[in-house]
Amino acid sequence: MAQDRITNKLHSRKFTRNMVLIVILVSFIPMLLVSGMVLHQFSNSYNEKLYAHLKEMIHRHAQDIDSFLNERLHNLQFMLDSCDNVDLFNESVLQEKLFQLQQKYGDVFEDLGIINEKGVQESYAGRLKLENAQYSKAKWFEDALKKPFYISDVFLGLRSKPHFIISVKRVYQGKYFMLRSTINFEAFNFLAENLRIGNTGFAFILNREGNFQTKLHDDMLPSKKSYMDFISAGKKAKHGIYIGELTDDSDGKHIIYLAALLKNNDWILVYQQEKKEAFSDLIRTQIIAGVILFIGALLIVIMLSFLFHQIIKHLSEADREKEMMNRQIIETGKLASVGRLAAGTAHEINNPVAIMVQEAGWIEDLLKKEEFQEGENLQEIERALKQINTQGKRCKEITHKLLSFARKTDTQIQSVQVNKIVEEVVGISDKKSYTGITINSYKDQTIPPIAGSQTEIQQILLNLINNAIDAIGKKGGKIDITTRLEERFVLIVVEDDGSGIPQANQDRIFDPFFTTKAVGKGNGLGLSICFGIVKRMGGEIDVHSTIDIGTRFDIRLPRNKT
Amino acid sequence: MSAPFIMLVDDEITFVETLAKRLAERNIETITAFNAEEGLEKLKNNKNLEVIVLDIKMPGMDGIEALEELKKVSPLIEVIMLTGNATIESAINAMKLGAYDFIMKPFDIEELVCKVGAATNKKREHAEKIKDAQKQETLSKYGPFRYV
Repeated sequence: MAQDRITNKLHSRKFTRNMVLIVILVSFIPMLLVSGMVLHQFSNSYNEKLYAHLKEMIHRHAQDIDSFLNERLHNLQFMLDSCDNVDLFNESVLQEKLFQLQQKYGDVFEDLGIINEKGVQESYAGRLKLENAQYSKAKWFEDALKKPFYISDVFLGLRSKPHFIISVKRVYQGKYFMLRSTINFEAFNFLAENLRIGNTGFAFILNREGNFQTKLHDDMLPSKKSYMDFISAGKKAKHGIYIGELTDDSDGKHIIYLAALLKNNDWILVYQQEKKEAFSDLIRTQIIAGVILFIGALLIVIMLSFLFHQIIKHLSEADREKEMMNRQIIETGKLASVGRLAAGTAHEINNPVAIMVQEAGWIEDLLKKEEFQEGENLQEIERALKQINTQGKRCKEITHKLLSFARKTDTQIQSVQVNKIVEEVVGISDKKSYTGITINSYKDQTIPPIAGSQTEIQQILLNLINNAIDAIGKKGGKIDITTRLEERFVLIVVEDDGSGIPQANQDRIFDPFFTTKAVGKGNGLGLSICFGIVKRMGGEIDVHSTIDIGTRFDIRLPRNKT
Repeated sequence: MSAPFIMLVDDEITFVETLAKRLAERNIETITAFNAEEGLEKLKNNKNLEVIVLDIKMPGMDGIEALEELKKVSPLIEVIMLTGNATIESAINAMKLGAYDFIMKPFDIEELVCKVGAATNKKREHAEKIKDAQKQETLSKYGPFRYV
């Protein structure tokens, strides 16, 4: 039995686990697919929006920088176009022009200079003393000579400070000269520097050689990539912007970048940001979604486990009840069979017993006659005859009890007071004065009358009390009889502190002819009769027993329907 | 008072014979029959029978049917049904049909003697009442001072 329970428990666990797994699979797969798709769509959408925003920003900044450079170039071209060339060689005029430019554009223009074709600065306006400065060897000058206008890369030059030059070439009296201006690096650098997003998003400008054209910060050194690397590794998008990703060799961080060409493709404006930061909102959303999904899944699993556990519990209970009901049906069936058997045979048994008793009685009658009064063994014969009579009566009692199973209509159903019956039975039992046994009754006075047979209920109680007395034995003890009103039943509890019933016997005590009493003391029918009576009344009888602690019988008799 | 005159009807021959002898020892005049049909016949031939002890379960006509027939032959006869436990319902049923009492096998002879005595008394009282009633009827019909 215990093994069955363990096997059932294992089966239940396996069943619960399988059911939970199936439900999880069935519900989670679509949920995960939908969640995955939604998240994927959201990621794509977020990517597109982010890149679109960044592209727009880079494009605008590239335009701003190009505009800045073109405007400065146009400023110089306009100056050349609007002045007499001779005047420009006059330093005071040049100073005047510089003053006008600085008035209009602030410190963007640091100085102005006119350089002849040999690279000698013939005229100069600015803070430094660069009159007659020699630029013939300067790279920018060599490059500038080749073009009608020129914007140099950023370099340190004579002033050892980063700056760059814008120059416009003209011909005067058959000779080239060029108007040159040094552009304030800070003013230019600001255009790229103000493109900052978060902690890791910043912009810089590279020339074709891969040299930085903007100021660098120590804490955010961009990856060392050349101009061409950005173009070749990136994907070209709208407005000539290149988009790509790279890994920082130093710390392995993933970086996204967007690059736009500047200054007729001489420079490249690069915006870079750590991917983790650029997509932080998306990552946060993904984490939140993941956490919600996980918690949801966890809750579902817990709920499912709980629900299946409950279902299994209910099913097990239902199974137990069913099993109990089956056992009761079998029990009732057994009783019915015994009843039929008893009814069929009792008459046949009683007839021969009646003959035996009559014959014995006849011998007794004859013995009373005078001629037998002198017999040697008269007393012994009388004792034997008395014994035949006694045993005949015992047979009669046994068949009478057997017939209690078959008896159906000879009991009078009437309105009976359970408490009154208890009182009577306790009264009868007390009168028998069992040594050391106290019988107590605790009655619920609210119990209404029920429909039943007084003698049958008496029989139940007497049987149970007799059993309790046998269980207590000579050591003494107590028997408590309690009545209580329940929703559908009147409960009678007969409880003793006797020797108890072994677990192995508890399933069999209601079986007919099952007894643990000594031969001649019990016929094994008492509890079967109780069971039969209670069942016929539509009630229930249960036993709870522990060895050496005692036994409790709960009898539930149905209340009258109101 | 004269001894009761009874008839025992039961298919258990040994039982009936022994019981008859024991009753005779107790001053009860007894005749026996071993089935219902024989009982009926003997009743017709012994109009002065007072009590019949009749077994319920018998082959052929059973005790209940026999009771009805016996009552038809002699409405005043008192019948004590003899039964094993199995037919106790039948015994109760029999009492509803006019049986005086029932007794369950095996029984103490004194119990039966007691019941037979009571039944005989009842029968005799009944007979006495009828006789008185008939006398009254005769008196009322012909008057007390009519001489022929």
